[in-house]
Amino acid sequence: MEKNTKLMLGNEAVARGLFEAGCGFVSSYPGTPSTEITEFAAKYDEIYAEWAPNEKVSAEAAHGAAVAGVRAFCGMKHVGLNVAADLFFTAAYTGVNAGFVAAVADDPGMHSSQNEQDSRHYARAAKLPMLEPADSAECKSYTVAAFELSEQFDTPVLLRLTTRIAHSQSVTPLDERKNIPKPEYVKDPAKYVMMPANARGRHDIVEDRLLNLKEYSETCSLNYTEYNTARIGIISSGIAYQYAREIFGKSVSYLKLGMVWPLPDKLLLEFASKVERVIVVEELDDIIESYCRSLGIKCEGKNLLPLTGEYSQEILAERLKGRKYEFKGVNEPVPPRPPVLCPGCPHRGIFYVLRKLKLFVSGDIGCYTLGALPPLLAMDTTLCMGASVSGLHGKVKAIPQEASSSIAVIGDSTFIHSGLTGLAGIAYNRSNANILILDNSITGMTGHQHNPTTGYTLKGEETRIIELESLCRALGIDSVSVVDPYDIAQCESVIKAELAKDCPSVIIARRPCVLLKSVKKENPYKTDPAHCKGCKACMAAGCPALSFGDKKAAIDSVLCTGCGICARLCKFGAITKKDQL
Amino acid sequence: MNSKSIMIVGVGGQGTLLAGRIIGNAALAAGYDVKVSEVHGMSQRGGSVVTYVKYGESISSPVICRGEADIILAFEQMEALRWSPYLKNDGLLITSNQMINPMPVITGAAHYNENIIEKLTATGIRIETLDAAGIAQAVGNDKASNIAIIGALAGHIENDGITREILTDTITAYLPQKHLKTNLEAFEMAQCR
Ligand SMILES: Cc1ncc(C[n+]2csc(CCOP(=O)(O)OP(=O)(O)O)c2C)c(N)n1
Repeated sequence: MEKNTKLMLGNEAVARGLFEAGCGFVSSYPGTPSTEITEFAAKYDEIYAEWAPNEKVSAEAAHGAAVAGVRAFCGMKHVGLNVAADLFFTAAYTGVNAGFVAAVADDPGMHSSQNEQDSRHYARAAKLPMLEPADSAECKSYTVAAFELSEQFDTPVLLRLTTRIAHSQSVTPLDERKNIPKPEYVKDPAKYVMMPANARGRHDIVEDRLLNLKEYSETCSLNYTEYNTARIGIISSGIAYQYAREIFGKSVSYLKLGMVWPLPDKLLLEFASKVERVIVVEELDDIIESYCRSLGIKCEGKNLLPLTGEYSQEILAERLKGRKYEFKGVNEPVPPRPPVLCPGCPHRGIFYVLRKLKLFVSGDIGCYTLGALPPLLAMDTTLCMGASVSGLHGKVKAIPQEASSSIAVIGDSTFIHSGLTGLAGIAYNRSNANILILDNSITGMTGHQHNPTTGYTLKGEETRIIELESLCRALGIDSVSVVDPYDIAQCESVIKAELAKDCPSVIIARRPCVLLKSVKKENPYKTDPAHCKGCKACMAAGCPALSFGDKKAAIDSVLCTGCGICARLCKFGAITKKDQL
Repeated sequence: MNSKSIMIVGVGGQGTLLAGRIIGNAALAAGYDVKVSEVHGMSQRGGSVVTYVKYGESISSPVICRGEADIILAFEQMEALRWSPYLKNDGLLITSNQMINPMPVITGAAHYNENIIEKLTATGIRIETLDAAGIAQAVGNDKASNIAIIGALAGHIENDGITREILTDTITAYLPQKHLKTNLEAFEMAQCR
C-alpha cells in the first residue's frame, strides 16, 4: 500500500515535521507568513506550544528548553529574526543540547510585510547552518533533518521559508512520531556561560563547526545535482528552483541546494566545471551568486534577474528565455482593490478623529496600519513594531512644541511585543508623548492570535489578563484613560484633553475586533433617502458597507455590523438603525 | 493529460481559500500530483485575493502566470476583469455576476468598470456566468456561493477524472455538518443552471 499522504500547506508540513521529530516545545510570536506553523503545532497533544510576547522571548525560551534536553522550536517572519537576532548570535557559541530549530519566513514581494530582507544573511553572519525547502514534503523532511543536524553538530539550525513555500499546499507523506531519548543536561559553564573568558574558547569551536558543516554539505542528501545537459547549469534553492524547473524541465542541469549555509565549495566547483554556462537563480539577494564568484566560478544571476520582488516562471521565462507575454483581452485599467478596515472595525472611529484633528500620527504595524490609506489618511510613519512609541518620544524631545499635535497609535499585541520598553523610556526621560493603544483584544492582522491581554493561551486555556491600565501606570504614566472607539465624540474630547496636558499619557481605545466570534453583531443601519442630502460626510469613515450613487448614500445591510460610526457623522439624521425606522 | 491550471479570484472574505482547498483535494483524490497556492495575511482584509490550483502528473511551480490558466473561477466581476490576462487563449472564464465596490470606487477616486461581461465576451474569451449569490440565497445560506461556483466548474473537470462524486465527497469532508445540506444544494443548483 502507498504511504499515507496529505495535501499540506508548507507551514502545516513544518508542524508535522516537529511532531515526527519528537519536538516537545514550541514558542513563537505570530507573523505572516510563518504563523500557521505554530497554530498547527498546537494541535498535537504531544507538543507544548505557546505564543510568546515577541520573537526574542520565543527564541530564548526555545533555546532554554533545548539546553534542558527537549527538542525545541520557534517560528517567526523575517523581521522577527531582527528582534530575536541577539539570542542566535550567541546561541551559536553555546550550542544546544537537544535539537533547536528556528523557522524564519521571508516575504519576497511583500505580500504582508514592511520590508523584503533576505534572512540568509543571518545564517552567514551568525555562522549557523540554514536549510531551505522547496515544497511541503521538503518542509517536513527538512524539519526532521534540521533537528538531527542540530544535535549532530551541537548548533541551532535555521529553516528558511518564503511566502510561496509557507502558503502553498503540496503532497506530503506522513510518518510516525519518533521517540527521542532525552539527553541529560550537564552543568558546563565554559559552554553555557558566555562571558569573555568562556566565549573566546567557544568562538574557536564555532569556526571549527562551520568547517565541519561545510564538509557535511559537500555530500549530504540535502544538496543534489541533476545532469541533463552540459549547455546550461542552474544553481538554485527553494521556490526559485521550482520556477526554473517549470520553464526549463530537463533541458538544463541543476544543482539544487537544500542547505543554503554553509555552501559546498567542492560541489559548486565541480558542477560549474561540468557545464558551459552557470546561472544562479535565487530570489532576493545574490548570496549564492557572490559566493560562487568568490570561488572563482564564472556565473550569471542578478545581471539577468531582479534583486527585488517575488519571482515566477513568467519572470524567468522572460529574462532567461526571452519569451514575451502577449496580451490579448480587454485593454482598460482596473481600479486597485487595496485591503481595508472591515465594516465595524473599532479602529475606524479613532482614525476618523485623528484625521479630523490633523495630528501627526506616529504609526505602527497591525490592522490599524490601514488607517494610513484613503479616505482616512491618518498616519505619518510606520516602520517596525514598537517604533510608534519610541519614534514619537524622539520627535517630542527634539521638537517639544509639537508634542500637543502629535500622537502614537499602537495595537495591543504590538504594545506588549515592543511598545512597553518605549513607554518606560517616555516615563523615565520625562517625555511629553501621548500614546493611543488600540486594544481590540486580539492580534488581528495575523489572523486572531491570543496575546497576554486576551485571557487565553494558544491552546485555548484560560489564563490571567495583563491589564493595560495598571501596566501603563506601573511603567510611570499617571494619566491613563479608556475610551470606546465607537463613541467618536468621547474619543475626540479625551484626545484633545490629553494633548493639552503637560505630561505623558496613555489613552486606551477599547473594543474587541468585530470578527471575533464572541462579538454580537448589532442590527444594521440604513439610510433614509428623504433625509439624505448627499453631503458625503458619512463617506469619510471609509466603510466598505457604504456606497454612494444617485447623489445619495446607501448601506449594504449584509456587510453592516451596526457600529453606528456613519450615523454619528450624519448631521441630518438620515442614518438610523433598521428597527428604528 | 497536460497539467491543468485553475485560478480562483475574488475579494478577501468571499471563501476563495476554501474553494481552492476543495478543488485541490478533489484532484488529489483523483490521483494527481497537486499544488495549491494561497494568499494569507494583509490582502485578506477585503483586498483582491487569488488562489492557484494546479494538478497533473508532476507539478513544479505552485503559481500561475499570465497566459497560463486553463480555467479562471471569478467570485466577482471586477476581479474577473483584473485577472483575465492570466487566461490561456482557449481558456475558460467562469464568473459570478456579483459586483463589490473597492475602496477607490467608494471614495469616488475611481469608477467601477462598466459592462465587464460584454467586453470580455467581445474579445472572444470563452465565458460562463452564474448568479452565485442568488443561488446561495435560494438555498438559504449566504456563504454557499463558493460551493455554487465549484458546481459550475464540475462539468469542466469531469473529463480529468475529477468526478461529481469526488467533488461532493470532498465538500462533505471539508464543510461543517450543519451547513452541508445547503452547500450541497448550491453545488447541485449551479450544475443545472
Ligand atoms: C517583528 C515583527 N513581528 C511580527 C510581525 C507581524 N505582525 C504584523 S502586525 C502584527 C500584530 C498586530 O496585532 P495588534 O497590535 O494587536 O493590532 P491589530 O492587528 O489587532 O489591529 C504582527 C504580529 C511584524 N510585522 N514584525
